[in-house]
Amino acid sequence: MEVTEVLLPGVGIRYEFVTAEGERVGVVAHRDGGAELVVYAPSDPDEPRSLVRLDREECEAVAEILGAPRVAERFADLAREIPGLRTGQTVVSAASPFAGRPLGQTRARTLTGASVVAIVRGTQVIASPGPEQVLRAGDRLVVIGTDTGIAGVEALLGG
Amino acid sequence: MPESAALLIEFGAVLVAVSGLAALARRWAFPAVPLYLLAGLALGEGGVLPVPAVGEFAGLVASIGVVLLLLLLGLEFSAAEFTDSLRRHLPSAFADALLNAVPGALAGAVLGLGWQGCLALAGITWVSSSGIVARVLGDLRRLANRETPAVLSVLVLEDISMAVYLPLLGAAVAGASWGGASLALGTALSAVALALFASHRLRWLLGRLLDTGGSEQFLLRVLGLTLLVAGVCELAHASAAVGAFLVGLALSGNVADRTRRLVEPLRDLFAFVFFLAIGLSIDPRDLLPVLPAALALAAATALTKVATGWYAARRDGVGARGRWRAGTALIVRGEFSVVVAGLAASVEPLLVPLSAAYVIILGVVGPAASYLAGRPSLHRG
Repeated sequence: MEVTEVLLPGVGIRYEFVTAEGERVGVVAHRDGGAELVVYAPSDPDEPRSLVRLDREECEAVAEILGAPRVAERFADLAREIPGLRTGQTVVSAASPFAGRPLGQTRARTLTGASVVAIVRGTQVIASPGPEQVLRAGDRLVVIGTDTGIAGVEALLGG
Repeated sequence: MPESAALLIEFGAVLVAVSGLAALARRWAFPAVPLYLLAGLALGEGGVLPVPAVGEFAGLVASIGVVLLLLLLGLEFSAAEFTDSLRRHLPSAFADALLNAVPGALAGAVLGLGWQGCLALAGITWVSSSGIVARVLGDLRRLANRETPAVLSVLVLEDISMAVYLPLLGAAVAGASWGGASLALGTALSAVALALFASHRLRWLLGRLLDTGGSEQFLLRVLGLTLLVAGVCELAHASAAVGAFLVGLALSGNVADRTRRLVEPLRDLFAFVFFLAIGLSIDPRDLLPVLPAALALAAATALTKVATGWYAARRDGVGARGRWRAGTALIVRGEFSVVVAGLAASVEPLLVPLSAAYVIILGVVGPAASYLAGRPSLHRG
């Protein structure tokens, strides 16, 4: 499926794709975290029919329903193939010393051997984040490693 | 009544009354900026209900209002959005400037203003209100429309043009002598260059300097920096508004997001006071003589904005209905027009009531035209 992206300056980004049933769907992702879902009628491709408008919290709920568990599931499939490897998730709390600091500063891999392979942030999934990626309170980190390694990362990030 | 009590009671009453009006206005898609101007007109000298204590306070606070307003206007668009718009809509931006600034300058000449006045009036008619347009598009649920990127691109490029225009105007107004003007212009243009350089190359440094600690510290730091730069610019006769706008341009990425989140509520309050102060400074009886000029100017430049939007949307391959929607969306003018008039007030005091009347008229016409352009019954073709 091909998703086209159009920048909406000052507002956010509009994503557009055609479903298997032939409907052209648009998602306007607002900069403040909200979103709008629309469908374009074939008769007038310029003016869509607005389906629903979601605020930040509602978006996060929808994303959680549709997206986040799947990310973890996919990593779980991967981990199952290698004995001893597990996936875990840990949330960066507001009290964590690393909230607002780059991932690299946690030195998680050096200290525990476990890797942070994705950050789930609201509606967004940051796959294989680099050391410069700044963690925010509320981020959910998907961690791969041994049981002790995962527990180690959790201990590191807990405040 | 002690002075502080008078201020608190008057200001409180004004806020309560205006918030009620704003809620009503919102229902009719009437934007906030002209509403605040109207409130100031009604409450000022010669208005229906003068509030002297608020007037004094507003006069003092207005300068902070304009600084915060322009800081956030500078922050509004990111470098990526700017380059993207530049790539696709540079001709639209030229058409926009030509079609909308020139009528303003001509009108200035007809009204017998000096060249600085003509320059200022060109700016007043040139720039649509990005804040109001974005809000109207959101309210009318047009953000996903095909013509919307063209509309927003025109707005971005207008805002960026202001980075050159405002210092120019500041220098023109400040410069009694050519030497003074060129000094002010030189300072301002090097500040623009520095701001763009900072947003591009010094992002990490600004991030490290500013983006640490809790929100409270961050807020104080950003506000402090902005006020300092604005004050220094004012000292150098380049106007505080210009300085604040440049700080906004210079901040990017995470720092920009955080500033936007934290300063927005402050901006809403202080900008309200700024528009109120402008309204308060105008005696409603002074509006009548400028009303015919404002009406004529509004009519002419509403049509030229429609032409601008039509052209920009056509470049994106949008159909006729979408071009109408794009054109009418751009009609409304707002904060920039008022700020520009304020900048030039020392040279041409006439511009303040003229721009206020102009912004109020287009505040009614713009959203109404936008709404009508979206109604299917109007389009049979």
